[in-house]
Amino acid sequence: MNARNQKKPSRRTPARPTAKPAVAAPAANLRSGAQCVVDGLVENGAEVVFGYPGGMILDVFNLIGAAPIHFILPRHEQGAVHAADGYARASGKVGVCLVTSGPGATNTVTGLATANMDGIPLVCISGQVPLHMIGNDAFQEADILGITRPITKHNFLVRSADDIPLVMAEAFYIASTGKPGPVVVDIPKDVQRQMTAARRPEAISIRSYNPDVRTDLAQVAKLAEAINKAQRPVLYAGGGVISGNAAPELLELARRADIPVTTTLMGLGAFPETDPLALRMVGMHGSFAANNAVQQCDLLISVGARFDDRVTGRKADFATHATVAHIDIDRSAIGKNIRTHLPVLGYAKPVLQALLPQVKARKHPAWHARIAAWKKEHPAFTYPTSDKALMPQYVIEQIDKVSKGEATIVTDVGQHQMWSAHFFRYTRPRSFLSSGGLGTMGFGLPAAIGAQLACPDRLVVAIVGDGGIQMNAQELVVAVEHHLPVKVVIINNGYLGMVRQWQEIFYQRNYAAVVLGRNERMPVERIATQRKPEYLPDFMKLAEAHGARGTRVTRSAEVAPALREAFASPQPWVIECIVEHGANVLPMVPPGASLSEMICKFA
Amino acid sequence: MKHIITALVENKPGVLARIVGLVSGRGYNIETLNVGPTQDPDTSKMTLVVPGDEQVLEQVLHQVSKLVDVIEVVDVTRRRHLNRELILVEVATTRHSRAQVLELATLFKARVAAVGEKSITLEMVGDRSSVEDFLRLLKPYEITDISRSGLIAVARGETA
Repeated sequence: MNARNQKKPSRRTPARPTAKPAVAAPAANLRSGAQCVVDGLVENGAEVVFGYPGGMILDVFNLIGAAPIHFILPRHEQGAVHAADGYARASGKVGVCLVTSGPGATNTVTGLATANMDGIPLVCISGQVPLHMIGNDAFQEADILGITRPITKHNFLVRSADDIPLVMAEAFYIASTGKPGPVVVDIPKDVQRQMTAARRPEAISIRSYNPDVRTDLAQVAKLAEAINKAQRPVLYAGGGVISGNAAPELLELARRADIPVTTTLMGLGAFPETDPLALRMVGMHGSFAANNAVQQCDLLISVGARFDDRVTGRKADFATHATVAHIDIDRSAIGKNIRTHLPVLGYAKPVLQALLPQVKARKHPAWHARIAAWKKEHPAFTYPTSDKALMPQYVIEQIDKVSKGEATIVTDVGQHQMWSAHFFRYTRPRSFLSSGGLGTMGFGLPAAIGAQLACPDRLVVAIVGDGGIQMNAQELVVAVEHHLPVKVVIINNGYLGMVRQWQEIFYQRNYAAVVLGRNERMPVERIATQRKPEYLPDFMKLAEAHGARGTRVTRSAEVAPALREAFASPQPWVIECIVEHGANVLPMVPPGASLSEMICKFA
Repeated sequence: MKHIITALVENKPGVLARIVGLVSGRGYNIETLNVGPTQDPDTSKMTLVVPGDEQVLEQVLHQVSKLVDVIEVVDVTRRRHLNRELILVEVATTRHSRAQVLELATLFKARVAAVGEKSITLEMVGDRSSVEDFLRLLKPYEITDISRSGLIAVARGETA
């Protein structure tokens, strides 16, 4: 990517380390490219930067210490991106990471894809080999532009220091406007060392990118009319309500027109789940009431959700009685998965604000009676209690109880993620942070560190599985190092639990490659020669090795006291819960089935 | 159905890769592709011919138009438009067949670009259907080489 302005001298001057800007300027006004990067971070509002140094980004690192930036050194570049992502989700600000070329940049790929799927604003700055070496298979060279093209909102290769102030401003602008997303800025080392007189532009305007979508008032009027006529309306809220800061308007609309509200996984917190209008989550692991309400409604109003396959089940049978209205800022999301009768292009907040005065106050007693019957038939959510084993769902309930529902929950991916969605009631936006679209294991701990940095006064609890925590456990050091009081609750069932559940239900209980920490399938001759440790790994020793506190819980009665002690402490704390290993996430819509075909109980 | 899609884009490295990646990532083959600068040297116009299901292709177009460097995307197949393609085709000829090939060339207003002892190279410009017709009628003769510019298209105003 090059300068946008054709008249810029950089376009015509071959980029060499010695190239001088054509603009004559006193030497005092000249800055290095690296200085422009650091200044660009500060100018564009970056307060926290997650980075990992290396050869091709050293010029920037050389200056970062002098800048008014809180710099965090995660122990893996993937941890850096997830932490920046968690910071962005918790704060609504742009998350920033800074990495070197080659392996530094490629290690960010999973994190960028995670942020891209969930529409999280990130700016990731990567070093690159000098311009003349690009394409030569130089040491630590990777075509990170080509690699990240399909998993970012946009990316830049900066070919001249003259372009850096503009590109930095554009990167933050693109990341944070429209449907937010990750932006990569790749800067060759020689460009970081060039001197330039270029300054940040006064205003950003990109001809080919216009996120200032005007609310479509004609469509809003049609939607208001549909709401005023509907007999069985349902609001279906996604992550767009949270990123668009539209939760208050959603609540007002629901109350005024007496519309029950369900949310996606990404939408948890967009609507208070303690409210009588809450249907709880919809979809594969949605509540019985939510899924039935969606299937039976005559008007489905989607706000900032994208009809993901985990929500709709079999598309042909999804909400077949309903007029489907879809409010979204992303034109390409409307009609992508489900036929939309009433598209409304726009940001959630202004659309709902325009809608509210046109919506009549109404009551739907018959509709709510039906919903109440569904809620009674299969309450959201329940689980089989046990006298002997510690149930994983109980742990989550206790986290809700002990934190009085005030914790910010950050999850990994798997069974514990769904239980966290079920058994904690979310009442405010940005209190449930999870890798929804990509489903990235290893997200939880680093994202919780980022969230804690964004919200120093909040109780941040990472709820993770014994599988996922091992994917980025090294980041525990960062919490200790920076005195971040992150709590890590490990739901340890000794399995890759969600995969085990699918193998149980769909693969005739052939438990292939899912056993963690117990060597049940190890060949006999090896068991004979190897003494098996009681815990594998021993998470208490892992916590201790990283300088964190740890408590292991094996019985229900121990859960609340352990949580209380940990939550009251200013220290990072690992609470390992050895739970019933065979528990399943229910209810469940089998993949490819209709939302009406829920499994609520196993025989 | 084959769609003729034009895209007005920023004239920058990587834009072509982004568009091609989006289209091919969905499993659609790009039949022809042409890129050139416009009256504004900062922008390029691309013309793509893509066979595919209408609904899915529309979705791809929405995603293409979402790309930061894309200014406008139009499926001109649905509009009044002009399209042209240039082809260079070499046909093996004998003394006997040369006259027949030349006769076809005359009918299609193709120009003789080169003549050899055993072949003749023709240059032909036409819209999509006349190019297809010309190539179909040349089929009985032995086509030894062919290069096509890819279709280019411009949308026309409502009152032209």
